[in-house]
Amino acid sequence: MTDLAQDLLSSFVVAEPQLNGSRNLGVVHLRKEALDRFEAQGFPTTRDEEWKYTNLKPVLKHDYRILLKGDDAVSFADIKSYLLSDLDTYKLVFINGKYSSWLSDSTHQEFDVCTFAAALNKYPDIISEYLGKGAPKGETFVDLNTAFADDGAFIRVKANQTVDKPIEILYLTTNENGPAFSQVRNLIIAEQNAEVQLLERHQNIGDQPSFTNFVSEVFAARDARVSYYKVQNDSDEATLVDNTHVVQKEQSNVHVGTYTFGGKLVRNNLHFYSGGEHAESHMDGITIIGDGQTVDHHTLVDHQEPNCYSRELYKGIYLGKSHGIFNGKVMVRQKAQKTNAFQQNDNILLSDKAKVDTKPQLEIFADDVRCSHGCTIGQLDHNALFYLRSRGIPKREAEGLMTYAFAADALEYVKIPQLEKRLNHVIAEKLGINLEFAL
Amino acid sequence: MIKINNLQARVEDKEILKGINLEINPGEIHAIMGPNGSGKSTLSSVIAGREDYEVTGGSIDFEGEDLMDLDPEERAHKGIFLSFQYPVEIPGVTVSNFIKTAINESRKGRGEEPMEAREMLAKMREKTALLEMDKSYLSRSLNEGFSGGEKKRNEIFQMAMLEPKLAILDETDSGLDIDALRIVAGGVNKLRTADNAVVVITHYQRLLDYIKPDFVHVLFNGRIVKSGGPELAHELEEKGYDWIKAENA
Repeated sequence: MTDLAQDLLSSFVVAEPQLNGSRNLGVVHLRKEALDRFEAQGFPTTRDEEWKYTNLKPVLKHDYRILLKGDDAVSFADIKSYLLSDLDTYKLVFINGKYSSWLSDSTHQEFDVCTFAAALNKYPDIISEYLGKGAPKGETFVDLNTAFADDGAFIRVKANQTVDKPIEILYLTTNENGPAFSQVRNLIIAEQNAEVQLLERHQNIGDQPSFTNFVSEVFAARDARVSYYKVQNDSDEATLVDNTHVVQKEQSNVHVGTYTFGGKLVRNNLHFYSGGEHAESHMDGITIIGDGQTVDHHTLVDHQEPNCYSRELYKGIYLGKSHGIFNGKVMVRQKAQKTNAFQQNDNILLSDKAKVDTKPQLEIFADDVRCSHGCTIGQLDHNALFYLRSRGIPKREAEGLMTYAFAADALEYVKIPQLEKRLNHVIAEKLGINLEFAL
Repeated sequence: MIKINNLQARVEDKEILKGINLEINPGEIHAIMGPNGSGKSTLSSVIAGREDYEVTGGSIDFEGEDLMDLDPEERAHKGIFLSFQYPVEIPGVTVSNFIKTAINESRKGRGEEPMEAREMLAKMREKTALLEMDKSYLSRSLNEGFSGGEKKRNEIFQMAMLEPKLAILDETDSGLDIDALRIVAGGVNKLRTADNAVVVITHYQRLLDYIKPDFVHVLFNGRIVKSGGPELAHELEEKGYDWIKAENA
């Protein structure tokens, strides 16, 4: 067992009575069971099939602080650049895992845009109905998070309601007292025919290493529509393990977009459970990383019911000595006839030192389905490069433009124009090209 | 303006151009005709600097300068433009972003300042109007989902924006209906001056009814086997290429 795992286990004894929701016996039980499972399993190593290509050892060795404190010194000026400034949004800002009410803009009016901490106390019935029902027990990071997490975003949209503006969720780590290990948790509930748009970001604004173990459970009831955008552009000191689990019912439509431009190590475990007929699951992503960075996308779509659609498009651009991993699993259960599943992972390596491991995994138990998958690792199209150069665009700029076009293809489903513009800017900047983007 | 002297080129082991001689002066329109596989597209690609072709002999002199050691973009900066037979789709890059980049990179290549945004916009408006294109073209992804006619019109739009000295139109008429052909040809004619020259590469006489050439050349088996005035194009239209093939067998 690693030192960090030992530290976590002993910290739990101190932390547990102080966690939000510790009067709710169901929650107390859930935490203790989860901790026991974590104790039995510990952190994964490269000997685990699911972690074969991603070595956590170097990022687990830091002397992390586990019980973190909030930081009152953070002002709006410090966080402004991590928010969409040209758009009115609800905001939930957490500093070192603690809610910052003065930087946030929450509501309880028609729908709940508030904190998981508040919900633990205020809505015990909803908590026991949903908490831990999306993210599977036995996944070691999920279990660890379940044991410790006591704050994060809580969003509940009641039937037939549409949240009038997007919700921005910002998790900051300041870690002035040394390396920080933080565990935060979202619970997002869209009831029947409800609609919500979410933007989420984790950011280390200190100069010490951080490790965030994050769980987000999303429940989309019949006809609900959820757009969920993750912007991952963290510092070179930051590690993120993002466990997002989406449970879908009939005719619901959920899109999760993951845009990764930074961080030392990012692991995204994104799972969709398509549990109602005519549900639509969309996931797409753009990864542009460079020297010393690793991004690992592990996705699962579990088709449990007939007539569902899933679409998965991940684009990766790798510069310098970077490492990308894509493992996309599509499961079609016996009952899930007429499933239509599409999966594509395309990568461009712009350096001899960059490396990509890509693995599509299809497990199909129904006989009347349409499943396609493909992955490519390549260079830029020769013919197109000549076309651009023949118009006077030098080779380097032409390559930048082509690479930009390759990536931007995965922005088609972004429904917030301001976000699309912002992502376009980040992509262009990462690739060193100069383009203008209008709304 | 351009002097091509005994130009020979191959792709991999295949000889395609076997000694081309051609001289074009400012203000002239030349048509290059010939059967499929005669080397027409290769000639245009070699002039524009495509690296897939290996030039094995001869020279291309453009305004007194040897083109051979120049990259495609450097040739573009000097005023050479190639309208592609199959324009490439670049999803995610709008026509306006693309043309702005092309113009300003060309200006940079010539040591000039970038074009003022207002001037750029005015010019785009003027040239879209010239080619009877809707302004919405400018915000569409380059060639993505364009019909054959729209792609060709977009090529001529780029030519209009870049104002080359020598424009080579490679099979610009293929895939065009009669209305699109009229608009595209009308655009080319309006862009003519005493200082620029146009090379029209085509299989058929049809386009030459709209863009009237001063000289017509027949390319066959990697060589120019016949040159003449506009009447040569009519003769080819009537008689086909078989007699050329027979003469040069």
